[in-house]
Amino acid sequence: MSRRAGPSIWRVARLVAAKDLRIEWHSRVFTNQVLPFAGVTMVIFAFALDADVVLERVAPGLVWLATMFSLLVLVQRAFAIETDDGALDAMRVAGIDPRAIYLGKALGLGAQLLVLELVLLFAAVVLYGQTVPLESTALLAATLISATCGLSAVGTLYGGLAAGFRGRETLLPLLTLPAVAPVLIGATRAVEAALGTAGAVVSDGWPWVGLLVVFAVAFGVGGSLAFGPLIDE
Amino acid sequence: MDTPFTSDATQAGDRPVLRLVDAVAVLGQFPALAGASLRVERGEIVLLRGPNGAGKTTLLRLCAGLVPLSRGSGEVLGLDLATDREEIRRHVGLLGHQNGLYLDLSVAENVEFWGSTVGASTGELQAAMNRLGVADRLADVPVRKLSAGQKRRTALACLVARRAQLWLLDEPHAGLDASARDELDATLREAARQGATIVVASHELERAGSLATRSVDVVAGQVGR
Repeated sequence: MSRRAGPSIWRVARLVAAKDLRIEWHSRVFTNQVLPFAGVTMVIFAFALDADVVLERVAPGLVWLATMFSLLVLVQRAFAIETDDGALDAMRVAGIDPRAIYLGKALGLGAQLLVLELVLLFAAVVLYGQTVPLESTALLAATLISATCGLSAVGTLYGGLAAGFRGRETLLPLLTLPAVAPVLIGATRAVEAALGTAGAVVSDGWPWVGLLVVFAVAFGVGGSLAFGPLIDE
Repeated sequence: MDTPFTSDATQAGDRPVLRLVDAVAVLGQFPALAGASLRVERGEIVLLRGPNGAGKTTLLRLCAGLVPLSRGSGEVLGLDLATDREEIRRHVGLLGHQNGLYLDLSVAENVEFWGSTVGASTGELQAAMNRLGVADRLADVPVRKLSAGQKRRTALACLVARRAQLWLLDEPHAGLDASARDELDATLREAARQGATIVVASHELERAGSLATRSVDVVAGQVGR
C-alpha cells in the first residue's frame, strides 16, 4: 500500500490549538471561571496585604502567583476536554504525532495564559497602584512571552502525564508547582525590573529573561520528546 | 472509481485487508494472543465472539497497531504489523467504549477536526457526515446534547473523515437502546456495502451475528472458525 504523507507536525499542532481555543470559545470556561478566579485571587492578596508599601513591593510576585494558580485550573481544563470521551487516546490510536499534540496543546494553553497575564497586570495597576513606564515595555513583553512559553511547556507536559492517573486533580499541582518555580522567580524579578520596584532598573531584568528563555526551550524540547511515551503509558 | 472506504492498494487484486498468521501478542508476561490466524477481505463484516478475557480486544488492538506483534506475522492493508505500526494506525479506525469526541464542539466541528488531521477536503467532510446521517439537522448540535446512538454515528463519521479503511469496533452496541442499535447496524451494513471492512468484537452474539457476514470464535487467545 502506498504510504500517505499526512499534514506536517506544525499544521496538526495548529489544528489542535485551534480546536482547543474553539472549545473554550463555546464553553466560556476561560472567561466565566478562570478569569474571575484570577481576579478574586488578586483581590484577596490585596486584603491580606493591606499596606500600600508592602503591596507595591510584592505586586510583581503576586501577579505571577495568581498566574500559577490559574495555570493549574487551565491545565486541568485543557486535559479534561481530552479525557471526557477518550479523545486523547483516540488521537494516539489515529497515529497523530504526539509532538504535534504536545505543541498544539501548549500553543492553545499559551494563548489563554497570555491573555490572563495581561488581565492580571492590569489588575495590579488598578488594585495595587502599579505604574508601567514606557521604556520598560520591551522588557515586559519579552518577560510575558518567555514566561508564558515556559509555563505552557511545563503545564502541558505534566497535564498529559496526570491525565492518565486517578487523583489527577491533586497530582497536577504537586508535579507542576515545583517545576515552575524557576519561572516564578525569573518572571517576578524581570517584572520588578520593568516596574522599577524597590529601585530596580530595566537592565536588571534582561538576564532573568534569558533564564526564562532557556527554561522554555529546555522544557519545550524535552516535553515534545517525552509527551508521547508519557501519554502512551 | 474509489468508494469512500477503499484505497488504490486495497482494491488491487485479491489481497486481504487483514491477514494474521500464528500471531502472538504478549501483554506484560501474559500471552493475550497465542497463535491467532485470521484473514479478512474487503467489504466483510467479521464478528469476533468469545468470553471475557478471550483476547478479542487484544486482537483488535494488535490489528490497530497498538499492541506489538511478539511472534508470527501479520499484514493490515498491505502494511507489515511488525514494522509499520505507526503507519497502520493512520489507516485504521478503532472505536472502543468511548467515542473520542469533543463534547463541547458540534458534530460538524468534530468531523472537521478529525478529517483535517489527514488533510481531508471540505467535500470529503460533508460526504462523511452525509453517509453517517449526521449532516443537516445534527451538524451544528454540540455533541454533549446528542443521544448515545447519535454520538456513535458521529464517531463513525469521524473515522470516515480521516479515511480509515479498516474499522475495528469493540462492543459497538454497548450503551445503545434498541432503535439506536438497529440504526447502527444499518449504518455499518451500508458502510460495508460501499467497501468498508469491519471487524466487530461483541458479547451480544445474536445481534452482532445478524450484522456480520462471518463469525469467528476467539478462545484462550486463539482464533477458530
